[in-house]
Amino acid sequence: MAVKLSTRDEQLLNGQHGKAARMAMRILVRMAEVQGAPEMMDVSQAHIDGCGLLSETGLEFAETLAAKGGKVSIPTTLNMGPLDLQDWKRFGVDEGFAAKAIRQAKAYTDMGCIPTWTCAPYQSYLTPRFGQQIAWGESNAICYANSVLGARTNRYGDFIDICAAITGRVPKCGLHLKQNRKGQILLRLIDIEPATRRNNAFFAILGHLIGSLAEDKIPVIEGLPINVSSDQLKALCAAAASSGEVALFHAVGVTPEANTLEEAFHGGKPQRIIDIHLSDLQRSEADLSTAREGDKLDLIVLGCPHFSFDEFRELATLIRAKTEKGETLHPDVEFVVISSQTSYALLQRSDFLGVLTDFGIEITLDTCIFHTPMVSPDTKVIMTNSGKCAYYAPGQLGVRVAFGSMAKCVDSAVEGCVCRKEMIG
Amino acid sequence: MTKRFLVGRVVVAGSAQGIALVSKEPLSFWGGLSPNTGEIIDRRHERSGANVSGRIFVFPRGKGSSTSSATLMESIKNGIAPAAIVNLKVDPILALGSIVSDELYNRSIPIVVLDEQDFYSIKEDDYLSVEPDGKVSVSIKPTAK
Repeated sequence: MAVKLSTRDEQLLNGQHGKAARMAMRILVRMAEVQGAPEMMDVSQAHIDGCGLLSETGLEFAETLAAKGGKVSIPTTLNMGPLDLQDWKRFGVDEGFAAKAIRQAKAYTDMGCIPTWTCAPYQSYLTPRFGQQIAWGESNAICYANSVLGARTNRYGDFIDICAAITGRVPKCGLHLKQNRKGQILLRLIDIEPATRRNNAFFAILGHLIGSLAEDKIPVIEGLPINVSSDQLKALCAAAASSGEVALFHAVGVTPEANTLEEAFHGGKPQRIIDIHLSDLQRSEADLSTAREGDKLDLIVLGCPHFSFDEFRELATLIRAKTEKGETLHPDVEFVVISSQTSYALLQRSDFLGVLTDFGIEITLDTCIFHTPMVSPDTKVIMTNSGKCAYYAPGQLGVRVAFGSMAKCVDSAVEGCVCRKEMIG
Repeated sequence: MTKRFLVGRVVVAGSAQGIALVSKEPLSFWGGLSPNTGEIIDRRHERSGANVSGRIFVFPRGKGSSTSSATLMESIKNGIAPAAIVNLKVDPILALGSIVSDELYNRSIPIVVLDEQDFYSIKEDDYLSVEPDGKVSVSIKPTAK
């Protein structure tokens, strides 16, 4: 099926806007054919995920586009990169790796991308508005942008993101179109106490469960607390987009396209109704951990997705309570928090930074433990409050993982072993 | 050996032959597949430990990370990618990995989507041949007596 192209699309494809735009447009038009899109459409903002992983192919792709004179035509933010750009030497990163990571970063900033370097761009800079057509990569950010902000993006993979940023065009299909955003299945939270629903760990556990229940459908959640915070929704999105492929969910009374159940389903009926009981959440919680209670702990990782200022504040409160009792970080445990320059700038203007660093917490910015080689090969057991990190760590890092709330992570940091009993219930 | 023909939808055109590696579960290629060895490394996946390299990888669809396109492209460059992918649903992120690899290196792997009945008719170790027009021929592994 031929994709209908505008005059400008044709010019982009002919190379009239440069060689990089030509290559970008070729990829976009091939993807429009794959997706069955009848034509292309404008987007007004992009978020690049392709800058995150350092691979030979990813570096070559970015440098090829930059060498061909590629420049973004719309405001474009960058996901976390493969390196803490300011402070990588502190984390024992190999110099050869760092040199390539810096080249990759330069290729993207040379093309005009904004050096945000964060996987939580919706808490950083240039937050998209309701209904805005955008091209975002990074699975958790895609889910957040669509669901929580009501902006419209498909799941853009690495490399098409920069193509969209250069041309300002994407295939017109999928979640860009209102009719494809209606809820398909209904998930009802049944016998779950309000206190449980306020527990921060609840959101990652629920997200992990929803990812596996929703399959390729758009879920509508009934029963989320209406005062849910941005960080809690962030945790839900990250987990649901890891155990599953959730790019959009609605939460009745919480998210902007679901003021009512009827609105969430565009006046239609759910294809399926699934009731979520406390026992389902308990199973989901158990599934997030591969390490056992009492296992000796090597590393705690918080900030997947990147820590916000509010999360730093919550952590500092927990740490202060420990230090006031004379409790300290166990000498065998490394404690790392990952964040963005934006959140860190706020942290530096608060009293919390000293509380955290005095306890022995290392803060790393711009990157991710999965993409920068900072986890020592001796690391056997890690603990995290992130459903996403817990999902990927066993395969990606070859470690056993314990999932626990932030408070349980802090308890375990002091004990030197996994202490996470009875979080939900 | 009996042989039958399935008609699929071309996602990325190409031809390939190989032995089917079948899963009923979706997979995130990033975090789920090693681009250096071809091993399925998602420790929660039913085929964790299996190696897709040179096989026709039959699984319903991708999930998870938007970096999966980069993982697929890296695995093609490293020569350890599946020979072809057969899905139940078009996954734009996997298609992208093969298409960008084609644009950059002139190397891609075919991706075909089958309807439900045909998809589930393929069994582990069947010998598959994927054609550029989306046809998939299946030679059924003789059952041991």
